[in-house]
Amino acid sequence: MSTETKKIENKSAMTGILAEFRNPRELTDVASMVVKAGYTNFDTFSPYPIHGMDKAMNLQKSKLGKIVFVCGLLGLTGAFSMMYYMSVVDYPLNISGKPNFNLPAWIPVIFELTVLLSAFGTVFGMFYLNGLPTLHNPLFNVERFKKSTDDGFFAYIESKDSLFESDKVRQLFEEAGASHIEEVYE
Amino acid sequence: MSKHIYVPEPPLVKGDHDFASITRLVTDINLRPTPKAWYLAMIASNALLMVLLGSIGYLIWEGIGIWGLNNPVGWGWAIINFVWWVGIGHAGTLISAILFLFRQDWRTAINRFAEAMTIFAVMCALIFPAIHVGRIWVIYWVFPIPNQMTMWPNFNSPLLWDVFAVTTYFLVSLLFWYVGLIPDLATLRDKAVDKVRKVAYGIFAMGWTGSNRHWWNYEKAYMILAGLATPLVLSVHTIVSFDFAVSLIPGWHTTIFPPYFVAGAVFSGFAMVLTLMIISRKIYGLEDIMTDDHIEKMNIIILVTGSMVGFAYMMEFFIAWYSGVEYEQAIFIKRATGPYAWAYWTMMSCNVLSPQFFWFKKLRRSVGFTFFISIVVNIGMWFERFVIVVSSLANDYLPSSWNYFSPTIWDILTYVGTFGLFFTMFLLFLRFLPMIAIAEIKMIIPQGDPHNYDEVTREFVAPITATSNPQIEEKV
Repeated sequence: MSTETKKIENKSAMTGILAEFRNPRELTDVASMVVKAGYTNFDTFSPYPIHGMDKAMNLQKSKLGKIVFVCGLLGLTGAFSMMYYMSVVDYPLNISGKPNFNLPAWIPVIFELTVLLSAFGTVFGMFYLNGLPTLHNPLFNVERFKKSTDDGFFAYIESKDSLFESDKVRQLFEEAGASHIEEVYE
Repeated sequence: MSKHIYVPEPPLVKGDHDFASITRLVTDINLRPTPKAWYLAMIASNALLMVLLGSIGYLIWEGIGIWGLNNPVGWGWAIINFVWWVGIGHAGTLISAILFLFRQDWRTAINRFAEAMTIFAVMCALIFPAIHVGRIWVIYWVFPIPNQMTMWPNFNSPLLWDVFAVTTYFLVSLLFWYVGLIPDLATLRDKAVDKVRKVAYGIFAMGWTGSNRHWWNYEKAYMILAGLATPLVLSVHTIVSFDFAVSLIPGWHTTIFPPYFVAGAVFSGFAMVLTLMIISRKIYGLEDIMTDDHIEKMNIIILVTGSMVGFAYMMEFFIAWYSGVEYEQAIFIKRATGPYAWAYWTMMSCNVLSPQFFWFKKLRRSVGFTFFISIVVNIGMWFERFVIVVSSLANDYLPSSWNYFSPTIWDILTYVGTFGLFFTMFLLFLRFLPMIAIAEIKMIIPQGDPHNYDEVTREFVAPITATSNPQIEEKV
């Protein structure tokens, strides 16, 4: 018990309050309650993406589409300029009388490189938006949090939220029917 | 007036499963001690892999003269095997991308599995174009990187398009597979008890927490990747078919090739998925997730694509006659009656006749029969490529240059060896990675949908599901 009291004394190290819920329904419900209460630095955790959670959490449209579009454009123009430079500018070669600037024949390579760069943009753009890889996350200090990739449903309000007050957050989670509430430390 | 009663589809996951039991069912396979049978299978696969490496080594040492190639037949088993393996890979992408876009939730049970098969099949395929060039040490000339001749590749050539298509296909499939794996690797990280597994899975899970803010971008990424992979997979076998169709050889120079190759690829790929799935679901006791309903649905796809392939075979004949080109007509008559008639009729019976059995529901749902047909189909598809590659080359315009092609022992050993590579990779996958997309399965079980919970008590209420005869509308 002594370590726990020590932790509570050291207020500055607390990063937020984590609450566990029984099922996806309770989690979507608590997400809308948290949004209604005005919190912005909060998150919910589940072993799979829950249908309707974006609305409950009031999530904005993902920026990923824009990133992918830029990467795709880069692949398209990059493939075209590469072939133009190689076949027309740097070393024009007469191959059975075909024109050096032979756009129809270049379409497959342009297409493939557009897809390739878009795919890299999608995956690495998603990593960037999600801040992955993350080397350390205070939530991993919570033993119970391991369930979030198995069958646990968690809601978390960060202490850096301007409205954050320990008691009020606890009360909110209790009203929402949390089965377990815990403070998270750095 | 007739009234239709809505009969829901049978549940995708059989048995009484909740989130935790699904996690356990899949992760236990990776976390429990390695079974003895796995080692035996691994030894056998490794022996075959050694055969592959040995034959490639001898090929590099001695040159492509060790193969059965002769003067008109300059493309032999290497190209056949390349096209065959790439084709097998296509089913994985079809399942993971195209069926995802069509919201076919049943794909969830087999997508991880099929994507792994895609990656390993493309690995086997990539070996052949690399080693068939003769001077393998200058294989980098196919890429647009500076070389000592200061020349660049010929972008007008379908063979070069192939380099880009297959490389892109491999990389995109790998990315798609990895993105799908991240949440499941996190599950394994959290389930593992020993340090080595914790660290290894932890590194590849990259600190995934299951945050719904992350899921939001993740799902978007998954959808975009599916959208990218769909035209990609169609383009890959289209471009592979261009290797033939853009040439002037009779029997190759046809516009039907792209769709016919894509249909054939999906056909053989589904057969391969079935072969592997029927074995592994039995060994690992995953019949609750990979159910007989899945087998039936896949058999329907085999029936559809098999009929498309059969239609293409007949269309080829018709167009050869209708075109009035005598060389074109001669090659098709020669295929059916000439020196390679035995291969042609093997192909016809395996690809056109065998899937037709799946018109019968009883046979579609029979596991043993499906297993048998899945192997027959892949034999048939190998012979399709054999017929296309060899028969056209062996009997082209000049009868004086005609020659009969026979493989040597090295052709056979290289081909058999690729199974060593394939199964080595596949066994490693079965042992160390979750063979079922755990997170995605949780999404499709009834407990996963927040709507299946009571408004007030917020307890789970199981929805009504059909037990037999799905998708039948009864008239009252």
